[in-house]
Amino acid sequence: PAAAQMGLGREATPEEVAAWDIDVRPDGLGLPEGSGDVATGEGLYVEKCAVCHGDFGEAVGRWPVLAGGEGTLDRKDPVKTVGSYWPYLSTVWDYVHRAMPFTEGRSLTGDETYAITAYLLYLNDLVDEDFELSRETFLEVEMPNADGFFVDDRDAVEVAEFSKPPCMSACKAETTVTRHATVIDVTPDDDGAETSETEAPVETAAVPAPAAA
Amino acid sequence: MSDDSDKGPSRRGFLGAMAAGGALAAGGARAASDPLITEVQPWNQLLGEGVDETPYGLPIRFESDVVRRDVPWLTADPISSVNFTPIHALEGTITPQGCAFERHHAGAIELAKPDYRLMINGLVDRQMVFTYADLERFPRETHVYFMECAANSGMEWAGAQLNGCQFTQGMIHNMEYVGVPVRLLLEEAGVKPEGKWVLAEGADAAGMTRSIPLEKMLDDCLVAFKANGEALRKEHGYPARLVVPGWEGNMWVKWLRRLEVGDEPWEQREETSKYTDVMADGSARKWTWVMDAKSVITSPSPQAPITHGKGPLVITGLAWSGRGTIRRVDVTTDGGITWHEARLSGPSFSKALHRFHFDVDWDGSEMILQSRAIDDTGYVQPTKDQLRAFRGENSIYHNNGIQTWLVMPDGRVENVEIS
Repeated sequence: PAAAQMGLGREATPEEVAAWDIDVRPDGLGLPEGSGDVATGEGLYVEKCAVCHGDFGEAVGRWPVLAGGEGTLDRKDPVKTVGSYWPYLSTVWDYVHRAMPFTEGRSLTGDETYAITAYLLYLNDLVDEDFELSRETFLEVEMPNADGFFVDDRDAVEVAEFSKPPCMSACKAETTVTRHATVIDVTPDDDGAETSETEAPVETAAVPAPAAA
Repeated sequence: MSDDSDKGPSRRGFLGAMAAGGALAAGGARAASDPLITEVQPWNQLLGEGVDETPYGLPIRFESDVVRRDVPWLTADPISSVNFTPIHALEGTITPQGCAFERHHAGAIELAKPDYRLMINGLVDRQMVFTYADLERFPRETHVYFMECAANSGMEWAGAQLNGCQFTQGMIHNMEYVGVPVRLLLEEAGVKPEGKWVLAEGADAAGMTRSIPLEKMLDDCLVAFKANGEALRKEHGYPARLVVPGWEGNMWVKWLRRLEVGDEPWEQREETSKYTDVMADGSARKWTWVMDAKSVITSPSPQAPITHGKGPLVITGLAWSGRGTIRRVDVTTDGGITWHEARLSGPSFSKALHRFHFDVDWDGSEMILQSRAIDDTGYVQPTKDQLRAFRGENSIYHNNGIQTWLVMPDGRVENVEIS
């Protein structure tokens, strides 16, 4: 049923919609005309990306790893990269174009984004070094983990198990502590002694007043 | 707790003596007089601050521990990062905005109301632009909701790691929002029949985007511009954010600038690379939107040890569910051998924080504390081991497992796991 409208706002102009609607879908909807090859992408990547993501997508420090990690998803601490984990190439193009480089989002042209995306595919051994990515070749690329995802199934798989009336008494014979956070000792603290920002016990003296200016 | 009682008439010594005296009261012992009572104190004699001193106040300096904290090793830098609400020190259910946690992907931006624009485009009859002033002219609603990061407790999947509920459960806040139902905004644009999904996008440099089913948007989502009575804080999306009740915090797009209607989801970075949950076999759940029932005892906890000795002890905590209201919270002091029903205390709103209290007479012996939330669908908060049995240890997000605190005889409290 048609709702009563308030008459607020105004119609967006086509230029306004084009300026903000830059998202790209897995089926390629939203991709602009243009292209870029691996070699061009390598130059851009070295200039704009490698300082954080490493020369080969291996990452510097805790910045995200972009390449490698194949076959690690079922191991302890899986390495989730564009090649090992991301299901859709559209996401790579969209995210790089939308939000990268980290300190200068929205600075890459469409052609630059095609080229960097092509180079990321090359770093992940998914295309040859002479590959050129364009709107036409986009849907030819197969992402290795495209079938790795399934829609939330908690309602079907977990909820029945977690909705049984809970035990209230004599639920088990005994309790044993198996793991301690203080053994790992990675919680930030100020004085090196105890967990940071422990509430001051009310028995201790109040914090002295700041010296008068 | 009376080891300070020989230090003379200090406040600290007095309280120690009082604790001892309390134990002896039945025997007729008389407490020493308290100089805080018998001597005139400066605040009873000198003048306090005038009403012109503080146009907008901050907490008194004695509460300086009640602040956001961050864990630097968690992320590459503090711009795309997270901090934690000091839930160990808060009571009731409303989170003070000034210490409510933050999670940004490209920092907290400054976006003035005159510069704000909200666009609605895609499968609509009219592509629309609204100003902030337009938003304020739509009919409003008021609701209290929790907003929990999908990664809250995520560092605890593989075992007890961080020592304090601020760090283990503090990626959460709970506010009273006022805003415009998204439904009214979409009706203004006119959603076409083939519209099934809405892409929400932020104005920051991350261009934060999530695909949200149209059905949810029409049900209870808000474009909020007030929280806890005042404008949103900059770091919480000023001047307008999306409110997605019960669903993971990532979807609550801040500095909301665009809603696009489409017939398919967009599979953006924040719903493929991130906010997907890897299972033990390496496959991954996607679109795990709802936050399941969860609870935590906020005191005693590692940052809130017992300092008053034996006797009456207030166990206080929070419970919440993205599926509805909290029907009951159970508490155990023996690691789950025996459970007791706690008191729910204060308001009980759907998809909002609930406060529970459980009062005990502590005999000074070791306790293993847990809380267990039950929501109004009958869902019972699982143990971490129950969750791991379904998911393994790599899913990062959606850890709503039962938290265990080991309370030692000296009153210290530690984050542990038990069998």
